Amino acid sequence: MTTDATPRTRTGSPPAADRAPGMDGHRPDPYARPTLLRLTLVELRKLADTRAGYWLLITIALASAVIVAVMLFTAPDPDQRFENFFALAQIPMGILLPILGILLVTSEFSQRTLLTTFALVPQRHRVVLAKVGAGVVAALLSVLTSLATAALGTVLAGLTGDGGAWSTDASALVGAAVFQVVNVALGIAFGLLFQNTPLAIVLSLVLPIAWSTLGAMIERLHRAAEWLDTGLTTAALVEPPNPGDLDGGQWARLGVSVTVWVVLPLVAGLVRTVRREVS
Amino acid sequence: MDRSAGPAGPGTLDSMITVAHLTKRYGRHTAVDDVSFNCEPGTVTGFLGPNGAGKSTTMRMICGFTPPTAGTATVEDVDYRRLPNPGRRVGLLLDAGAQHPGRTGRETLTLSARTMGVSRQRVDECLDQVGLNAVAARRRVRAYSLGMRQRLGLAQALLGDPRVLILDEPANGLDPEGIYWMRGLLRDFADRGGTVLLSSHLLREVEAVADRLVVIGAGRVVAQGTRDELLAGAGTLVRARDPEALRAALDRAGLPVRSSTDGGLLVAADPGDVGQATADARVALLELRPAESAGLEQMFLALTAGDSVREAVK
Repeated sequence: MTTDATPRTRTGSPPAADRAPGMDGHRPDPYARPTLLRLTLVELRKLADTRAGYWLLITIALASAVIVAVMLFTAPDPDQRFENFFALAQIPMGILLPILGILLVTSEFSQRTLLTTFALVPQRHRVVLAKVGAGVVAALLSVLTSLATAALGTVLAGLTGDGGAWSTDASALVGAAVFQVVNVALGIAFGLLFQNTPLAIVLSLVLPIAWSTLGAMIERLHRAAEWLDTGLTTAALVEPPNPGDLDGGQWARLGVSVTVWVVLPLVAGLVRTVRREVS
Repeated sequence: MDRSAGPAGPGTLDSMITVAHLTKRYGRHTAVDDVSFNCEPGTVTGFLGPNGAGKSTTMRMICGFTPPTAGTATVEDVDYRRLPNPGRRVGLLLDAGAQHPGRTGRETLTLSARTMGVSRQRVDECLDQVGLNAVAARRRVRAYSLGMRQRLGLAQALLGDPRVLILDEPANGLDPEGIYWMRGLLRDFADRGGTVLLSSHLLREVEAVADRLVVIGAGRVVAQGTRDELLAGAGTLVRARDPEALRAALDRAGLPVRSSTDGGLLVAADPGDVGQATADARVALLELRPAESAGLEQMFLALTAGDSVREAVK
């Protein structure tokens, strides 16, 4: 048996380790809890700092542009109006935003970065709140993007044909914002609940469609579907005529369906995530 | 707060990490069984045990990742999950593989720095400190070797300028030069008042840097104390050209032979007594020295022998 070659001397440490700690002590209280704003900004950064995330954001922006371009070529001139461009641009973004919400959550599980995230913020519900905050910001930014592409489409329609009418309502904007926030929140809720990317994506697509189909096919479910089918309840938010102009009954139905499809999974997923053993 | 004095700033406690009667059961399997130990400032504590002995589970319980079935663990006298900004108090490296492969090394640290409220310069300092140069920092973690991931993980642990480091198998994947470098870094951290808890399944690796050892096997602490305590009283290792004559000489002198290791005998006596006995019997020796870690190694091997089977069926 040989003795260990490494001397336990105190001079053997490399120069890199000589830096005296404490150089960051300029802030008033470095030990204070990070604010929710700071955590939300970090979560927003996580949305864009990988290739997959970056291209998903580009795709969401492009989706609205593509739909506007398609309309420019195919829709009759009088239909090439700002409100129609804007309304249609919401549809592809509404399909992609749940996926963004899911990935915001499940990539932390699949890449096991939760070990770092929860090490730095052990109050796990605050991480979830920050993710919801980041998702809402992303949804609102995508609505802004679709405003821009719709405007561009309207200008082009005016230049190339008889279209290009600018009339729209503030309620259309509110409707689109609510629609996209619901979409991203659905993704986050499913991500938290299932904690697995493919499972959450498939279920977030399949379950609402399955429910819609059942609701349409089975007569006795018609009434329930009116209240629980998000496809029906959110339609009024973005579909012409008068998108976003909901009456009290429509808001109530939207509220009930969102509670069932978004709020309940979100709460259940939050509880599951907070209790879960992370390894 | 001026903390330029070292990792141990004002308000240093007697025990920076306090583990009391920690127990974790999964169904009928007890992964960690009534484990208790303390880590004092200025020391490196080696947490030693074969794979599957419960080291990682214990560390995850300390950091609030795994809820214990019974017992408590505190860092700086606080439940880890109650630390407001834990990254500034405790540097963690639990799994170097738990980093997003699509992020660059620098981005990985930047996210943590933003979360903790640490400056961008600190990211550069830490990259520099662990020997990841600008080229490596720009590369995605996917392209990192395990050794580079360990270095990145260590940089992440150091980022918040903490007073406590908790590192699970940090030497995994490092080359000999890297292991030597890391020992220096940890030793220096402790010498400036910091507290280090590091786990390993390799006795040699821990022995070279730790002041204190906690040895765990099958979820239970089987030995703990200062390195010198555990290594002292380990007896004498003696080797002779003629093993039978040596054995006879020791028996005649009444010196108990505990076990034999690769041709040598481990004797529960001082080297002086053993030397005298063999000289009296005119036995020519090849080797005579204090056993030091040989005793610990024996214990450790005994632990591992039972566990390797368990590990295989896991």
